[in-house]
Amino acid sequence: MNPFSSGTRLRDMIRAIRACKTAAEERAVVRKECAAIRAAINENDQDYRHRNLAKLMFIHMLGYPTHFGQMECLKLIASAGFPEKRIGYLGLMLLLDERQEVLMLVTNSLKQDLNHTNQYIVGLALCALGNICSAEMARDLAPEVERLLQFRDPNIRKKAALCSVRIIKKVPDLAENFINPAASLLKEKHHGVLITGVQLCTDLCKVSPEALEYLRKKCTDGLVKTLKDVVNSSYAPEYDIAGITDPFLHIRLLKLLRILGQGDADASDSMNDILAQVATKTESNKIAGNAILYECVQTIMSIEDNGGLRVLAINILGRFLSNRDNNIRYVALNMLMKAITVDTQAVQRHRATILECVKDSDASIRKRALELVYLLVNESNVKPLTKELIEYLEVSDQEFREDLTAKICSIVAKFSTEKIWYIDQMLKVLSEAGNFVKDEVWHALIVVISNAPDLHGYTVRSLYRAFQASAEQESLVRVVVWCIGEYGDMLVNNAGMLDIEDPITVTEADAVDIIEMAMKRHTSDITTKAMALIALLKLSSRFPSCSERIRDVTIQHEGNLVLELQQRSIEFNSIIAKHQNIRSTLVERMPVLDEATFIGRKSNSMAGTASIPNGASFNLPNGVAKPSGAPLVDLLDLSSDDAPAPSPAGSDFLQDLLGVDLSPASQQSGVNQAPNSGTNVLLDLLSIGTPSLQSSSSIPVTTDILLSSQNNKTPVAPLDELSSLSLSARATSIAGAAPMMDLLDEMKDNGPVYPSIIAFESSSLRVTFNFSKPPENSQTTLIQATFTNLSPNAYTDFVFQAAVPKFLQLHLDPASSNSLPASGNGSISQNLRITNSHQGKKSLVMRIRIAYKVNGKDALEEGQINNFPRGL
Amino acid sequence: MIQFVLLISRQGKVRLTKWYSPYSQKERTKVLRELSGVILSRVPKLCNFVEWREYKVVYKRYASLYFCMCIDQDDNELETLEIIHHYVEILDRYFGSVCELDLIFNFHKAYYILDELLIAGELQESSKKTVARLIAAQDSLVETAKEQASSISNIIAQATK
Repeated sequence: MNPFSSGTRLRDMIRAIRACKTAAEERAVVRKECAAIRAAINENDQDYRHRNLAKLMFIHMLGYPTHFGQMECLKLIASAGFPEKRIGYLGLMLLLDERQEVLMLVTNSLKQDLNHTNQYIVGLALCALGNICSAEMARDLAPEVERLLQFRDPNIRKKAALCSVRIIKKVPDLAENFINPAASLLKEKHHGVLITGVQLCTDLCKVSPEALEYLRKKCTDGLVKTLKDVVNSSYAPEYDIAGITDPFLHIRLLKLLRILGQGDADASDSMNDILAQVATKTESNKIAGNAILYECVQTIMSIEDNGGLRVLAINILGRFLSNRDNNIRYVALNMLMKAITVDTQAVQRHRATILECVKDSDASIRKRALELVYLLVNESNVKPLTKELIEYLEVSDQEFREDLTAKICSIVAKFSTEKIWYIDQMLKVLSEAGNFVKDEVWHALIVVISNAPDLHGYTVRSLYRAFQASAEQESLVRVVVWCIGEYGDMLVNNAGMLDIEDPITVTEADAVDIIEMAMKRHTSDITTKAMALIALLKLSSRFPSCSERIRDVTIQHEGNLVLELQQRSIEFNSIIAKHQNIRSTLVERMPVLDEATFIGRKSNSMAGTASIPNGASFNLPNGVAKPSGAPLVDLLDLSSDDAPAPSPAGSDFLQDLLGVDLSPASQQSGVNQAPNSGTNVLLDLLSIGTPSLQSSSSIPVTTDILLSSQNNKTPVAPLDELSSLSLSARATSIAGAAPMMDLLDEMKDNGPVYPSIIAFESSSLRVTFNFSKPPENSQTTLIQATFTNLSPNAYTDFVFQAAVPKFLQLHLDPASSNSLPASGNGSISQNLRITNSHQGKKSLVMRIRIAYKVNGKDALEEGQINNFPRGL
Repeated sequence: MIQFVLLISRQGKVRLTKWYSPYSQKERTKVLRELSGVILSRVPKLCNFVEWREYKVVYKRYASLYFCMCIDQDDNELETLEIIHHYVEILDRYFGSVCELDLIFNFHKAYYILDELLIAGELQESSKKTVARLIAAQDSLVETAKEQASSISNIIAQATK
């Protein structure tokens, strides 16, 4: 021992740290040690460098910063002795990773060590390279590693093989250099080399199609034989695990065979026998055996079809599934997920067991099972499965409910065949787990309810009952509030009673009670309260006897701190008090919500949240449902392009857009403008605060609302609302693309030539528009419409009609003909002249209606065109 | 591929970490916190697999220590359990009925053994005997070097006396 040495031994430091009673004490000890180590580093102390590094590694494991020791690793690696190098490489792997630039400095030492005469030093270098090398190092040192694949000692060959795995993953271009040496490793007898060689081949196949092709041709038979040998080998104590010789080798061979057999009938054929043997002969009472069976099943499922083998595999999974060991059941569920694409019927047979697994006490198993059940649902079993799942929802853990609810909602929405069933199931889910239900789910429910006029009474009564039982579920409350607001009268007079219902007695006051409760619950958020206010307004007209009481309730909110609620209550009160004569017209029932639009928009807004730059949808020909995702993209561009939008930040710009979208008569800046008259106020109220609802009325909509932005969490949703607010009068369902696009017009150059568009396309008909501008009037556009018949039947009595908003004027010339030959053998053309009084501010938009007769039967197609070129 | 190997004590102390994919120091701390929370709270008899981010973590408890390996989605969970057991058996043979304290004071040895077992997140040796032999050979190299060094320093000490 060096008499001049200071500092403690590694063992003593660990003891000192373990003796610490508090975190502060530990920090103090570590600080002291680190200071000593830094001092030693500064003095360039050679004798204790390796001990200091060992200490640093321990300190590093405790989570303290140790970057100052990185250079010490490099120094140790560069020294001559094996002990120093050993600890140096260990420190390198522990303290650094491939992203640190310091690592580059070690490349040269690594190169020297890879060529060292001491094979253990070569081993250390290979290990470090395999664990942390970066792409540059991989490129620099690949030739060395490739050479070491043929080293005399098998222990170096196996390390070199795994090192090559890392290299080809980092730099796939290098794969081709490794194909031949890797293939020759497969002929080895040494298990370590064989295992790593098989692994290298597997990874080569993943990164290089050439390697796959080569190995498939040259090595499949050899691998089958190797597997056969190891399966049939006699007891080998060195490799034996639970009576099986080297299960690790089994598994790797099976994995490589899987890759070689996938998509190649010949290769698959050559491995059938051995797979059958493994599947039938392997002992399944220990983990090792089951691991092999599991891998074998996976291989059987992936390679080209062999009916007999698949039956065998599914049977193994069935056995797994009924195993008492949770691990085995877990992997069975995992594997059935993959098997479902191959053989749904076979998996369906285990449905009952899988459903039991959904209720398991083990979260991992539950999660797997739920995903599997989700895949198993089809039209024929949806009802019992949903019933089971909903029953389980009642008793499931809180943390599992979110997943479960989402899956149930998705199943119900996807497979419901009748509306009453859908509504029933959704009500159950809402009552059980309404707080976990996503907004779009209850929006969809409202749309469905709105579209089922014969179920309005039934639904509102069921909701009334559900509310009494579980008033704490937010989204249930919202649906209840909306439905009572709309259909409250049916609740009271038991209208539209179905046979299955028990009659209930609800007075008008009871209905108002419910809304009032929803209003006063402290858990209700603004959206619910805002919806409740609207419901109250609607009820005040439907139940004149409660009008006074409703007024009292709304008056209470006139001083509400939330602007939205305050404004609503003030305005509603003035309606109730002063505008008796128009009230009943104003609060008429919502028109039926357009399901198609909703679905289209929903799918689009989902796509929008996932990846916003979704310009492709913009080019869609105009159908009824125009996606609203694309306008969003433009809006975002706009704000980033320093466009003339007044305040391009955050939600503000959305409101500014609202201002721009106002109908021409109203003020452009009117985001917060005071209500001009009772009528204006009311109209926007009709559009409620929820994105799923669309306003439609006979009077132009004026927007003075903040309401859109506050209850929406995603940036997409407010736009949805915008689209519903910015409608011109006649449109019941509009997708909002056109009004949004206007904003861009100012930014785009008005090129003199406008491209033709496909204005409308359905399975039976295509309409194309060609544009030209008369030189004398730039506001006017001449459109030549061409109609083509895509169906095999001829059309007669063909009539094309079009309607435009007020800022446009439209003139239609007579059509060239009124009959349209089948299958595109001819076309009708018709000229349109359209004048845009707001050219440059608003772009063209048009609703069209095409009527014709097919085989004497009337047919009608409708659509909206808002993909006109900008600037027309 | 094994993304990383962790040894966590029942108290949540980290005894060994080996990362085969790059994780920054901050991410490592986060991963450790997240996973020890999930794994230590699982009661016995549950399955040994936890789904975590886009990976799976296979863990097994030996006395007071949890051995955890994070693997890819399509890796064989049961085999990973065997690999963990394989490692534990080698440790056991090396230390002679290994306990947590051995792994604390000789943490570097635990790393050396792991490095003979796994490289690049893949298994390199299925024979316990071979691993033991390789470790012993390297340990003796270190011993010889130490003896030489001490004899040299003795000579120097003698000479300078």
